[in-house]
Amino acid sequence: MLKSSGFKSSGFKSSGRNPNAISIGLERGKLEMKQFMRQRESVVFTMLFPLILLAIFGSVFSENIADGVTFSQYFVAGMIASGLVNTGFQQLAIMIPMERDFGTLKRLRGTPMPASSYFIGKAILVTLSMLIQVALLLAAGVAFFGVDLPTSAEKWLLLAALLVLGSACSTVLGIAFSNVPKSGRGASAVVSPVVIVLQFFSGVFFIFTDLPQWMQQVAAIFPLKWMTQGARSIFLPDSFATREVAGNWETGRTFAIIAAWLVLGLIWAVRSFKWERD
Amino acid sequence: MSTVISVSGLRKSYGSNVAVAGVDLSIQKGEIFALLGPNGAGKTTTVEILEGFRDRDSGDVQVLGFDPSTKGAAGQAWRDRIGIVLQSTSDAGDLTVYESVSHFAHYYKSAKDPREVIELVGLTDKADALGRTLSGGQRRRLDVALGIIGNPELIFLDEPTTGFDPEARRAFWALIRKLRDEGATILLTTHYLDEAEALADRVAVINRGKIIEVSTPAHLGGRATSLATISWRDGAEVKTGQSAEPTQFVQNLAAQFGGEVPELSVKRASLEDIYLKMIGDLNA
Repeated sequence: MLKSSGFKSSGFKSSGRNPNAISIGLERGKLEMKQFMRQRESVVFTMLFPLILLAIFGSVFSENIADGVTFSQYFVAGMIASGLVNTGFQQLAIMIPMERDFGTLKRLRGTPMPASSYFIGKAILVTLSMLIQVALLLAAGVAFFGVDLPTSAEKWLLLAALLVLGSACSTVLGIAFSNVPKSGRGASAVVSPVVIVLQFFSGVFFIFTDLPQWMQQVAAIFPLKWMTQGARSIFLPDSFATREVAGNWETGRTFAIIAAWLVLGLIWAVRSFKWERD
Repeated sequence: MSTVISVSGLRKSYGSNVAVAGVDLSIQKGEIFALLGPNGAGKTTTVEILEGFRDRDSGDVQVLGFDPSTKGAAGQAWRDRIGIVLQSTSDAGDLTVYESVSHFAHYYKSAKDPREVIELVGLTDKADALGRTLSGGQRRRLDVALGIIGNPELIFLDEPTTGFDPEARRAFWALIRKLRDEGATILLTTHYLDEAEALADRVAVINRGKIIEVSTPAHLGGRATSLATISWRDGAEVKTGQSAEPTQFVQNLAAQFGGEVPELSVKRASLEDIYLKMIGDLNA
């Protein structure tokens, strides 16, 4: 039992602490991860669902789609891009409206916590869950579906760049889109169809160039199509590039469009973010 | 004595709906001040302006010598000195009481020891329980713990005991008094008039965006000088009388009975009676 004597004078840790946006942001990141790992259903859904899909698609489409390219190889690239969207956009656009409904955000607004710390915490959550997701996909792909990992350092670097930029883009868009669902309860119903439709249009489940022309054109507006194409440029042999729409990987354009969405999402998020439901 | 909250000519409208129509208030250091009023009277809007959650249309507002609408780093430094206990929340269900409280301690420059705060709100036995396993009353005490962890000079309490059983309310009131005794100023909004009476040094009644009266609970609405109701048993019958001089009335009764008056009671109008009359008169 603690005695409450000396209660008034006892400061937490040393006196004269100076909490700043980054130290508080790191604390928030820890807290976000703790909560994430404790929500068993969402961990299972977010982390295992892509593996289940990989198992299904890998079994259904067992023939090669090109010389030495299995459908699983193609699909893993799409699922990694999807992982960026799931752990950033989808996770945040569902989670933040719930936090708004529960009063979490209003409570935080009433404390000296800087707003940036909240977003640092979310970015940590997205980054770690994304890395777990990608690692699980690659491990399962290699172990069970004969997926080949990139062999050159250059491709691994490109993967790192795609994960960093793609995840950042997905995060800000998730924060921005969190103002769209009217309530926390309805958020999943609003956000999930957007993601699933985009996945179909962007060539995650099917070979992109097999899709109708108009679908390809719609998909080209949104970042997921470019994320999947970027992932293919890493996981598929360069000989496959001729089967892309432009006949090559369009790496520069891919990164430019994802970066443009990042900037757009950032502006949208900063302008529209609300701490309370209207 | 110094002034912790001073408000003059505060106004706020939402479209054509005037929520706050010229409120003046002055709350002193170390006071427990209750703001009473029906739903839609402007209570919440007023408090949320003081908490810095809402911007005002006009009027002067100083909270701890600071304009709560200030944004940025200065606003954060000000938030370091206040504690806000909002109406019912249901967040952080996957964190233990200790995890939530110790996390919030990181936000403040001179936070209290989380274990001491948990002890103070009576949740020591539940320190390692997840938020979602707490009862309504325990949940509310966690809200209070999160509101006071930063060692605030001023505490806003919004409907703090809704859903409490009588025993829990008493324990809660004792906690609020303790916080005041340690130097905090408390602004309380409540629907429970007995709560205002038990806790508040002064109460203000707000209706239709205006403060009708500010007084002590004992004097609100002329309560101290209102007619007292005396009741007693006379044979098989319970009799009642009203008097402005109840002492004299009781002395007469005692003389009449030659000593003890059976089942004697003397009652002033309750704060609730007075309050309902004030609100009713205006809304009639």
